[in-house]
Amino acid sequence: MVKSNSSGDRMVKIVSYTVVTVLMLSCLLPLIHTLALSLSDKSAAASGMVTLWPVRPSNSAYKAILGDKQFFLSFKNSIVRILLGGALNIFFTVTMAFPLSRSKRLFPQRNIYMWFLIFTMLFSGGIIPMYLLIYRLKLMDSIWALVLPSAVPVYNVILLMNYFRGVPRELDEAARLDGAGPLRTMLQVFVPVSMPCIATITLFSIVGHWNAFFDGAIYINTQAKVPLQTYIQQLVVDMRASSVMSKEELAILAEISGKSFNAAKVIVTMLPVLLVYPFLQKYFVHGIVLGSVKG
Amino acid sequence: MMTNSNRSSGSLPKKRSNSERLTYNLLMWPGVILLFIFSIVPLFGLVIAFQNYIPAKGIAGSEWVGLDNFILIFSLPDSWRVLGNTLYIAIAKMSIGIVVPLIFAIMLNEVSSKRYKQVVQTVVYMPYFLSWVILGGIFLSMLSIDGVINRIIEMLGEEPVMFMADGKWARAIIILTDCWKNFGYGAIIYLAALTSIDLDLYEAAAIDGASRFRQILHVTVPALVPTVVLVATLNLGGVLNAGFDQIYNMYNPLVYDTIDIIDTFVYRMGLVDMQFSLGTAVGLFKSVVSFVLIVLSYVLAKKFTGYRIF
Repeated sequence: MVKSNSSGDRMVKIVSYTVVTVLMLSCLLPLIHTLALSLSDKSAAASGMVTLWPVRPSNSAYKAILGDKQFFLSFKNSIVRILLGGALNIFFTVTMAFPLSRSKRLFPQRNIYMWFLIFTMLFSGGIIPMYLLIYRLKLMDSIWALVLPSAVPVYNVILLMNYFRGVPRELDEAARLDGAGPLRTMLQVFVPVSMPCIATITLFSIVGHWNAFFDGAIYINTQAKVPLQTYIQQLVVDMRASSVMSKEELAILAEISGKSFNAAKVIVTMLPVLLVYPFLQKYFVHGIVLGSVKG
Repeated sequence: MMTNSNRSSGSLPKKRSNSERLTYNLLMWPGVILLFIFSIVPLFGLVIAFQNYIPAKGIAGSEWVGLDNFILIFSLPDSWRVLGNTLYIAIAKMSIGIVVPLIFAIMLNEVSSKRYKQVVQTVVYMPYFLSWVILGGIFLSMLSIDGVINRIIEMLGEEPVMFMADGKWARAIIILTDCWKNFGYGAIIYLAALTSIDLDLYEAAAIDGASRFRQILHVTVPALVPTVVLVATLNLGGVLNAGFDQIYNMYNPLVYDTIDIIDTFVYRMGLVDMQFSLGTAVGLFKSVVSFVLIVLSYVLAKKFTGYRIF
């Protein structure tokens, strides 16, 4: 590489480093602010004194969460949801991607199924027919209303199908010669060699289930069954109202709700995502490139 | 070897291939049934857009009204307002959502420290994985009259602003926070394209005396053009998706004028006011237009860049 050190080149470098750093900080600061808020004394948080460092540090907000029974119930509901929803997603992704990855010679009906999947991706009834369907199926207020409608992630099926197609033919033929049937070939050859892709897809679907709030808001009526994001959303609705309140109104509200308490709940809610994020990041760049730039 | 391949075209594999087909079909069916219930059946539910649907009477018992719901909707000023807002917000988000990740990717490419690059990437991808419930909560708290932003404004000696009570501010905030959440993730596709640039090109340009800035202009940017075209055309299908999750979590009645969009309108009309037929009619209108746009965008993407998903 030829090094030229003209002032213009140095300028490019300085501007790039600055812009990149500013953008990075912009992503970090709101989260640090929220963390600081959650660790601040209630009155300091309410008065807007907190910026990036806790003012009059206190763990009372987190202690208050320990006493919030609904928070724990909702947390548990969300865990159940990601386990059940995630398991369904993996099951259907693998079992559908494998047959679809076979050639037309081995699986003559393949294209009919493929068109069916594409059709379901292109057309949707929208929220009202969906709501009426869930109602008719008597799934209201049940965890199944949260996991069944999204149980077959069609986009992921296509991603994994493409990945399966990249598996070397020799592996497939070797399994065939050894007398392995299609199920064994799928489970003992294709699934193990496709773990990076399956891991990415699974983490994505788990994060998706964890983050979903709207279905919980419209299908679940019993407060004890509400998932965590929906519970947090109920608090955000209060914030939504408070975002247009005057200072006097807010002073009254601060007595009851408390910014630091809400901030602590927000922090605990995003914690699981932040915990799986390093694993997610390791794989997803691979996954997204796989999905989007495939020629 | 010979005997093996001869055997595999014999009678035993024939039997096996039949059972193999059966296995494949059986593997497909559970998923197909679920998709049928949750993707196809709701499509039949769309007929209530042409009815005066009353839940107690069901679809069979409700009265058919032809296109009355559509005529009513297009006569409401609110419908035109939400259509305008949707287009405004979606197009603004898309344009900024192309430009910012692009500039970010080009500049990140100029960062020579590999470690720093990784740190930056780790941080900027993160917001993509946080829900709008969480982020809405964070931003609303920061932007409220007693929030940290107004505290800073006051320290600078200015009057505090009630951001989410002002239509123009609220719209700008919706567009900017969406960019904030997605720009890092959106840059991945450009960064992937950058890795495929032949480094010799930079070297050749440098030997020819091109400054780093000119190298960016004549090597980096041209390498990204196909990706930009692809992203822009594929975005076309989302012109009526202005971001329900975000707006649902951040809006309030004071700013319906500028940030109420089709999806939030459908939600309030259908599930809050229980106007099932009217809500479905708006939703159907949106789906039909979106479908046409998606097909168009894929046709264009294929024509311009040879891109195929299936």
